[in-house]
Amino acid sequence: MAENLKTKKPTEIAKLAKTPTGISGLDEITYGGLPSGRPTLICGTAGCGKTLFSLEFIVRGALEYNEPGVFMAFEEKAEELATNVASLGFDLKKLEKDKLIRLDYVHVDKNEIAETGEYNLEGLFIRLGYAIDSIGAKRVVLDTIENLFSGLSNQAILRAEIRRLFQWLKEKGVTAVITGERDGQSLTRQGLEEYVSDCVILLDHRVIEQISTRRLRVVKYRGSLHGTNEYPFLIDDDGISVLPVTSLNLDKPVSSERLSSGIPSLDGMLTKGGFFKGSSILVSGTAGTGKTSVAASFANAACSRNEKCLFFAFEESPQQIIRNMKSIGMNLQQHLDKGRLKFYASRPTLYGLEMHLVAIHKAIRKFKPQVVVLDPITNLITVGSVSEVKSMLVRLIDFFQAEQITVMFTALSLNNIVNEQTDEGVSSLVDAWILIRDIESNGERNKGLYIMKSRGMAHSNQVREFVITEKGLELVDVFIGPEGVLTGSARVEQILREKTGTVLQSHALTRKDREILRKRTVLEAKIASLKSEFESAEEELNKVYVEEEIRKSVLNDNRKKITELRRDPLSKKGNSSSE
Amino acid sequence: MEKEYQLRLYIAGKTSRSVSALNNLKKYCEEHLQGQYSIEVIDLLLNPQLAEGDQILAIPTLVKKVPEPVRKIIGDLSNKEKVLVGLDIRQL
Repeated sequence: MAENLKTKKPTEIAKLAKTPTGISGLDEITYGGLPSGRPTLICGTAGCGKTLFSLEFIVRGALEYNEPGVFMAFEEKAEELATNVASLGFDLKKLEKDKLIRLDYVHVDKNEIAETGEYNLEGLFIRLGYAIDSIGAKRVVLDTIENLFSGLSNQAILRAEIRRLFQWLKEKGVTAVITGERDGQSLTRQGLEEYVSDCVILLDHRVIEQISTRRLRVVKYRGSLHGTNEYPFLIDDDGISVLPVTSLNLDKPVSSERLSSGIPSLDGMLTKGGFFKGSSILVSGTAGTGKTSVAASFANAACSRNEKCLFFAFEESPQQIIRNMKSIGMNLQQHLDKGRLKFYASRPTLYGLEMHLVAIHKAIRKFKPQVVVLDPITNLITVGSVSEVKSMLVRLIDFFQAEQITVMFTALSLNNIVNEQTDEGVSSLVDAWILIRDIESNGERNKGLYIMKSRGMAHSNQVREFVITEKGLELVDVFIGPEGVLTGSARVEQILREKTGTVLQSHALTRKDREILRKRTVLEAKIASLKSEFESAEEELNKVYVEEEIRKSVLNDNRKKITELRRDPLSKKGNSSSE
Repeated sequence: MEKEYQLRLYIAGKTSRSVSALNNLKKYCEEHLQGQYSIEVIDLLLNPQLAEGDQILAIPTLVKKVPEPVRKIIGDLSNKEKVLVGLDIRQL
């Protein structure tokens, strides 16, 4: 960003030249750095990081911008300074040997000095001038100049001389940083430095509810725009990081690429299978509804696509998450081993909200993930009010969008209706919101999942039952029957009942079939017997008929025989007896 | 009373203030430390690197190196009493 501004500079008319500090974030707030060739006052109470700030200005100038610097210390000896900042990886001794920086310890001891008559601080000027010239310094730090006031008693001379010193520094063309101790309401004890400095930066260290937060504010900056808010900053192994609180515009790039949620059936509820890349997704639900599982499955999917994922765990330790996810068939350890997945676990109460934000920023800048999971954001509320959490999340979402990082938040919603609209106040900010709800009926508790919103894509309006099995997460269509929406064992029971019904019905059908078959057999048997009856009747009739025929023919025969006998007397004997 | 006073006077160019400081110093030394002192005048405009060694801030500064303890007196040395006290010549 600093480079951007630098390259832009020549097109503008003779604007204030700026010297980048190299302190991450500060150059963005000041739109390029401190005013070049002019004095800047860094003020704050004890322990707020003034010395470190100014020393980092010198060291970064020497290392990153090839601008040698003089550090004139009125408080700490050169050796003490070197030891104090060694923990940050600044090797002052080596830099001094390379003639990139020069440490000069100015010792002022009231007991050793007596004052008689008029004097000036030309000695200090000469010393400083000599130090500047010996290494060709472009940057100068005076830490803390007001120590002069404790060593010398003539205030009038000192004030005049310090005024002259500032002027002299300007003439020298060095970018100077002067530190000052804050006293009550005024920025410095002498009330002098802030007027002669062209830029004033106030450092602050506040403790609210036992949690300390460092903040920085640019109080004044002659001839330049600057961010006027209070910006949180963090001091850690890499020195100071300042966080630009709000991005001023909404001109973020957008992508229409889709990312799978890791749950195929959930992807199915969204058109074209997944969330937009660079969008923010909120998963909310009551306790124990499986929010972390959804988040872990999202992370798992990202890692399986060979993307990097950063998992911020505010509740569970990484080992715990890995173990728990193993039980539902997700192997996160392999991603961890390959360096695609990284956990960042911290207790929300570890530091203030702003610090979390800075820490999250830093972790992301370092790891450069494509997917980020925050689980859960609800816990952050323990260290800040709702509005603070909201403003933090706004900034976070802004940042994620700018970086084209897809983020999934999980949030615990309490069981009331008001909360449904205001889950940490982010529901209006996120692009997609998945809600997991308890469905309690028939003495059991089941989970229903639905998509509350998903910007820019058609999505299913149905409630699905969310089932966690050994093989992973699954969404099952709920059973909608005459008794309403059924889930869990009621759903299973209903399905079984239906199945029983079918079996019974088909059974009944076959019985009827057999009945018909049997009836048919019976009828057929009847038909056969009637037939045989008919045959026997017919036979009887036939018999009578034949007998009649036979009798007829026999009678005929007999008559013939009798007729013949009458005509033949010889043969009359036999026949006459029978007549 | 065999104390040897080694005095250094730091100045920056021949300003009226440094000239009067040197004159004042010489006067006091002649009055009180005759034969027991040496004065070294260091012009920081010519030797700026010497400012660091004696922790010089103000000009003019008179440094009493020997005898111990080291004392510094800044200013044009116009107040004789203060200078003598500062140099441990006169006790308060």
